[in-house]
Amino acid sequence: MLVDSVPEQRAEAAPAPPNRRVVRSVGLLVSVAVLLLVAVASVAIGAKELSVAQVWHGLFADSGTYADVVVDERLARTVLGLLAGAALGLSGSVLQALTRNPLADPGLLGLNAGASAAVVTAISFFGVTSLNGYVWFAFLGAAAVGALVWFLGGSRGATPVRLALAGTAISAALYGYLQAVMILDDAALARMRFWTVGSLSSASDETIWQVLPFLAVGTLLALGLARPLNAVAMGDDTAKALGADLNRTRALSMLAATVLCGAATAACGPIVFVGLMVPHVVRSFTGPDLRWIMPYAAILSPVLLLGSDVLGRVVARPSEVQVGIITAIIGGPVFIFLVRRRRTAQL
Amino acid sequence: MAPRGGVRALRGPGGASVRLDVRALVVVVLLMAAAFAASVVLIGTGDFPISSGDVVRTLFGEGTAGQEFIVNELRLPRVLVGLLVGASLGLGGALFQAVSRNPLGSPDVLGLGQGATAGALVMIVLFSGSAAQVTIGALVGGLVTGALIYLLAWKQGVHGYRLVLVGIGVSAVATAVNGYLLTKADFVDAARAVVWMTGTLDGRDWNQVWPLLWLCLLLVPLVLANARGLRMMEMGDDVSHALGVPVERVRMLLLVSAVLLTAAATAAAGPVSFVALTAPQLARRLTRSPGPNLVPSLFMGAALLVTADWAAQRLFGDGQLPVGVVTGVLGGVYLLWLLVTERKAGRI
Amino acid sequence: MNRLSAENVTLAYDQRVIAEQLSVEIPDNSFTVIVGPNACGKSTLLRALSRMLKPSQGRVLLDGQVIQSMPAKKVARTLGLLPQSSIAPDGITVADLVGRGRYPHQGILRQWSAEDERVVQESMAQTGVAELADRYVDELSGGQRQRVWIAMALAQQTPLLLLDEPTTYLDIQHQIDVLDLCAELHEEQGRTLVAVLHDLNHAARYATHLIALKGGEVIAQGAPNDIVTAELVERVFGLGCQVIDDPETGTPLVVPAARKARVRAGQPAVTEAS
Repeated sequence: MLVDSVPEQRAEAAPAPPNRRVVRSVGLLVSVAVLLLVAVASVAIGAKELSVAQVWHGLFADSGTYADVVVDERLARTVLGLLAGAALGLSGSVLQALTRNPLADPGLLGLNAGASAAVVTAISFFGVTSLNGYVWFAFLGAAAVGALVWFLGGSRGATPVRLALAGTAISAALYGYLQAVMILDDAALARMRFWTVGSLSSASDETIWQVLPFLAVGTLLALGLARPLNAVAMGDDTAKALGADLNRTRALSMLAATVLCGAATAACGPIVFVGLMVPHVVRSFTGPDLRWIMPYAAILSPVLLLGSDVLGRVVARPSEVQVGIITAIIGGPVFIFLVRRRRTAQL
Repeated sequence: MAPRGGVRALRGPGGASVRLDVRALVVVVLLMAAAFAASVVLIGTGDFPISSGDVVRTLFGEGTAGQEFIVNELRLPRVLVGLLVGASLGLGGALFQAVSRNPLGSPDVLGLGQGATAGALVMIVLFSGSAAQVTIGALVGGLVTGALIYLLAWKQGVHGYRLVLVGIGVSAVATAVNGYLLTKADFVDAARAVVWMTGTLDGRDWNQVWPLLWLCLLLVPLVLANARGLRMMEMGDDVSHALGVPVERVRMLLLVSAVLLTAAATAAAGPVSFVALTAPQLARRLTRSPGPNLVPSLFMGAALLVTADWAAQRLFGDGQLPVGVVTGVLGGVYLLWLLVTERKAGRI
Repeated sequence: MNRLSAENVTLAYDQRVIAEQLSVEIPDNSFTVIVGPNACGKSTLLRALSRMLKPSQGRVLLDGQVIQSMPAKKVARTLGLLPQSSIAPDGITVADLVGRGRYPHQGILRQWSAEDERVVQESMAQTGVAELADRYVDELSGGQRQRVWIAMALAQQTPLLLLDEPTTYLDIQHQIDVLDLCAELHEEQGRTLVAVLHDLNHAARYATHLIALKGGEVIAQGAPNDIVTAELVERVFGLGCQVIDDPETGTPLVVPAARKARVRAGQPAVTEAS
């Protein structure tokens, strides 16, 4: 992943034949249906078993019973999962196109490390204890590292390899700092060990409203970049020849990816592999056109995230396994499978 | 005439000849001196400071009884563990980087550290195990991870990039497992686990020295005997194959050695980060020689680790930080420096 | 009996079969060139002949022995290969890289003999890179670099030398340059050379023995003057052409038919790239 920058496939030169378009449109509708199912499951299933009637009551006739509170919490959690999942999928799509590396991941650019380091600072030095307080720090941390990676990576002359190296280097230094603080400060350790695994369980309406504007801006930005990034995917020279503004596209892509991933990480903690896996799988049936990859990734990433979350709620009843752990345990083998399937020449 | 400026050939009777890289030799001697000096200073550092002269005298058996106890029983084993761990990591890292043909192909990136940590955390969190049990857990974790990565990366041979990428995947899963174990631990165990995960030499004694020493005595000659084949492998599998190097056999042997060295070092001191990544790169910059630079990397690792341990004890005052914090931060800074200078040189 | 041959070999990557029941003899002291369209299996055949690829059936014989069963270093003292992909280690000098060709002649107790020294000097002189000895390989031009790699293969001192597309990525004068060098090695030193080449005219001009492959089968083999005909080119490459005498050497020269002539003959003016 780190130095690998071979484009998976060449971007399409001609528009897809009409029948393929139909297939892809129908596929998109099916994906939306699956997403709805998973969302319903996410509200209905959990550590506490509820009947269909109880869920219905909680959703449409909320009267503050215990079951209603559970449903409320699950609803917030589901909405956050939808938003964060979509954000991770989109930012992964953008990063993979930007770095021309089909195995790129937001963690690769140091965004997770930046968010973690900022949160540990907030806990240890500013005495922030509420989850809502972390959000801003995490977001600022991810954004600061995003900017730093961008400048160290060469800003205008940034290349995929340089960006990846800068991300790795900054992650390394920040994790050293993170561990030092956790060793010296018990309070930081007490909180960080739960934050760093990535979870949806702390979702609240407030968190959602805090990150929503960023997610909206990031999503619009990302979708607008689909076309120029399609050009970038064909190599710097070809992209220039096609009239794409490389530097502007790169800067805006970095911004979009950072905003999306930063906001998602701020709300849930670092969640790995969603941003990597989904765009990669999506690409295998949509082809390399980002105008299709992005909507698919935005719909299927929450499917994976919410699905993992539901799984995490039921595998260890009555306790829960955090969603970040489930995505890594599912994602690791999938990642290895993808790596093995690629031809040696491409690796 | 020599094949390259600075490389000399020593020829003896009967056609025997030895290739000598003068600059590399000088670098190795200097690194040995640096490692020794850092060790002496480190032994002298602590609640009862001892002057360097006294340390050397005591090491040669001419110190007072009190000094002998502090030096030989308390501080020397710690320093020896540090030297051996550093050397193992330096050599292991050089092997991984050479085999994967990737400067980032270090055990940190490949997930061996994470795998060993998983083994150790299982012992700490689930069994509240003793130090010895934790060591064994880490060793088993590291070896199992190494075997797993090798098997998963195997597909008509082990290709460099595939090894690194599979390692990244395994590493991520192990990280998640470790995160989960940490959330399940009670607070005391969690604190112990975090210190272990950072890598520390605190409380190491002769029990850790001997196994590491034997392993190094066994593996280092084995590795060096295959170093010439490894040098050829830098030129790609096809070329080295054509030159008569049994590529897969050499690669497997060296990878197994590297995994053993790294796992043993990690079991002894925890996953001290970045020594394996930086030592070979620094050594290479000093010797300015292509090739895996195995011996210089080994001594560079030893010197680095002991110096970092001294820095950890000295710079941060009372709240002694484990050595892994220093190597982690230094490693990151080094990588950034690398990035800036390589960029100026226009290489990446 | 020739030194190098393949007997009924089946060659495959994973499950993808490239050639079945293929038999090839490399005449001793020949400059054999393998030609054929893209993906016809020419590089694969070369890989099998140089034991990079183990045939799933059949066997490759070197001096009457199955090549896989011979000690690696012994093979490497008899048969050299210049692969398509080779990596010059960072910061390596020309002399050092060429010196690495001596590996099969060395051992732990014999790391750098006077003989090694002499052969490296000779190889560099023959390929015309002696004056570059202390330069870094990274700094060289493509043509110079290819000469250095050939020098490395020469330093291996093998009677048989296999080259996989040695002229790819070179401009025309360097292509000729490399081929002249090969011809020299063949004529003056009596080495047996086997090369895969893309350019049919180069092959016809330099080869003493030509093997035309298509779809993993040998379509024709023999001296270029005997086998290169318009029919053969049509059959192997699917290209209408005239074959005339090369005004310089008298060897066959393939001149593709003009676009209009091919359209008239019912061939598509643009063939699908394979």
